[in-house]
Amino acid sequence: MRGLLKSLPAGIGAAILGGLMPYPALADAIAGEAKKSAFNLEAVVMFVAFVGFTLVITYWAAKRTKTAKDFYAAGGGITGFQNGLAVAGDYMSAASFLGIAGLVYANGYDGLIYSVGWLVGWPIILFLIAERLRNLGKYTFADVASYRFSQTPIRSLAACGTLATVAFYLIAQMVGAGQLIKLLFGLEYWMAVVIVGALMITYVLFGGMIATTWVQIIKACLLLSGATFMAFMVLYKFGFSPEAIFKKAVEFHPKKLAIMAPGALISDPISAISLGMALMFGTAGLPHILMRFFTVSDAKEARKSVLYATGFIGYFYILTFIIGFGAIVLIMDPSNPIFITSPPLPGDAAFKTTQIIGGNNMAAIHTAHAVGGDLFFGFISAVAFATILAVVSGLTLAGASAVSHDLYASVFFKGRVNERDEIRVSKVATVILGIVAVVLGIAFEKQNVAFMVGLAFVIAASANFPLLMMSMFWGKMTTRGAVCGGWLGLISAVVMLVLGPTVWQSVMGHPQAIFPYANPGLFSITLAFAGIWFFSITDNSEQGARERELFKAQFVRSQTGLGAEGASVH
Amino acid sequence: MQQSNLDNILANPKFQELVEKRSSYAWSLSIAMLVIYFGFILIVAFGKSFLAQPIAGGLMTIGIPLGIGVIVSAFVLTGLYVRRANGEFDDLNRQVLENLK
Repeated sequence: MRGLLKSLPAGIGAAILGGLMPYPALADAIAGEAKKSAFNLEAVVMFVAFVGFTLVITYWAAKRTKTAKDFYAAGGGITGFQNGLAVAGDYMSAASFLGIAGLVYANGYDGLIYSVGWLVGWPIILFLIAERLRNLGKYTFADVASYRFSQTPIRSLAACGTLATVAFYLIAQMVGAGQLIKLLFGLEYWMAVVIVGALMITYVLFGGMIATTWVQIIKACLLLSGATFMAFMVLYKFGFSPEAIFKKAVEFHPKKLAIMAPGALISDPISAISLGMALMFGTAGLPHILMRFFTVSDAKEARKSVLYATGFIGYFYILTFIIGFGAIVLIMDPSNPIFITSPPLPGDAAFKTTQIIGGNNMAAIHTAHAVGGDLFFGFISAVAFATILAVVSGLTLAGASAVSHDLYASVFFKGRVNERDEIRVSKVATVILGIVAVVLGIAFEKQNVAFMVGLAFVIAASANFPLLMMSMFWGKMTTRGAVCGGWLGLISAVVMLVLGPTVWQSVMGHPQAIFPYANPGLFSITLAFAGIWFFSITDNSEQGARERELFKAQFVRSQTGLGAEGASVH
Repeated sequence: MQQSNLDNILANPKFQELVEKRSSYAWSLSIAMLVIYFGFILIVAFGKSFLAQPIAGGLMTIGIPLGIGVIVSAFVLTGLYVRRANGEFDDLNRQVLENLK
């Protein structure tokens, strides 16, 4: 695993080992300054059409957003199928699309290992979390985590976990968005960041969760149809024979036959397990994804959401694998070297995949060009932009909800606020978060911020997830245990990541990392669970005893849905 | 929740049956998923040459259907759970809640 870090560009290595590789593409984009390309008219026209359409939806959503429940949870009226698409949309970011295709392009089979790692968290979310979460919560996962505990400390912890996850994720997305859009559209970096910021504020501010959900659904449909078309065209060009594609790929690719089998990606079991854990549990601790479970009417629809989401995401990853191989045969073809900076000679071992114009992450985009011409190239570029927009909107809403629902309403005013004030605070928080994201996005333009995605995932896996999981499953947990364990997970994750190779070595430039593993997941997640366990069993306070007693009622509600939030009727 | 409802549900054998069946099913499927995934990762880490074997003399290796198989298995497992939960478990749940009236 560590050998790989040396062989990949810093950005990709950092994102992979930083945990989490959800965003290798982003990582690459943020690792260095992207080159501005020529103005891309087709893409701009299609993107403007997308924006126009989503603004109409936001207007429609704004008229429907009257109560706090509408704002935070789309009134609980989203169906399982719609939510499945929205959840899949949150997961299929531009970066994961471009990034996985780019990885398959550069390494062949190894790209598939990544896809698998990303997907397998979903069944676990369904089996252990989804319905309990839906039955116990209202707007944020903190509702569930603090259900029978002292509100102030638990909500503060959950809100810090949420805001830390959202902030790091958002900055990385913003910087990635600026670089990618500069590359695809030929817009100035700062303009791209400002456009993304302004649009995401507009969606969330006026349309709340209803607009955020529908923007995500539309984008998911566009991305799925675009990717389906591309994979179909690649297969069509080779008479639907995978063998024919593999034959050409092995012939053109500098790594030859090695692309058909796993490479150096995973060799050290501790890193592999640590990475797998952070991926699985990080997914189950992402606040903007957890929030989506409150937008459906009941546990049954929540289950269906995960089924559809898993189906769409799995299908999408299989498509990306085909597209990645398509990229190898179409882009590396020595007889048609229009997408590479210097044409290779046949069998030239010195030819590097990085000679592709714009870097590996452009593999899918160039493939779009090769199979569908200028128009389809414009379409895929516009979809990439739309994808970033939809993901940052969801993140902003999750952050704003933590501020208004958890901090303002529950921590500062102990639940004694009216709904109108709470929504107002949420809207102010949306604007502030949006502006901060734009400013930091511009400030970090030339920095390598790939490690921030890793940080976001490790925090989600080490603080949010253990807190949520134990509060639902373990009756003996007390406030003291939850607070100690949760903070232990959060702080240890941050410290180990900063002292590890990703930040200490690659970002800060020290010769040797103090903590040997790039992904601290295995250690920080274990610490959080152990902390919760230890500080709960040693808690002999009266309050602790009362909280254990309350578990029965929580357990019955989580199992039966009795007393759970229903859908609002308009 | 009212104390009487709570006691009623906790004492209901149907509720115990529901909890018992659902949690053993959920945990079995979770373990199945973990075994499949970490099994795959361990083969990737220690059995590279096995995954690199070609199938039927072509270029396609064993690793490709196996990797795609893990993706498909994730979907199949969620499908199995949803089918039983939205049918059998929800029926049991309905009976538990009806008993309150």
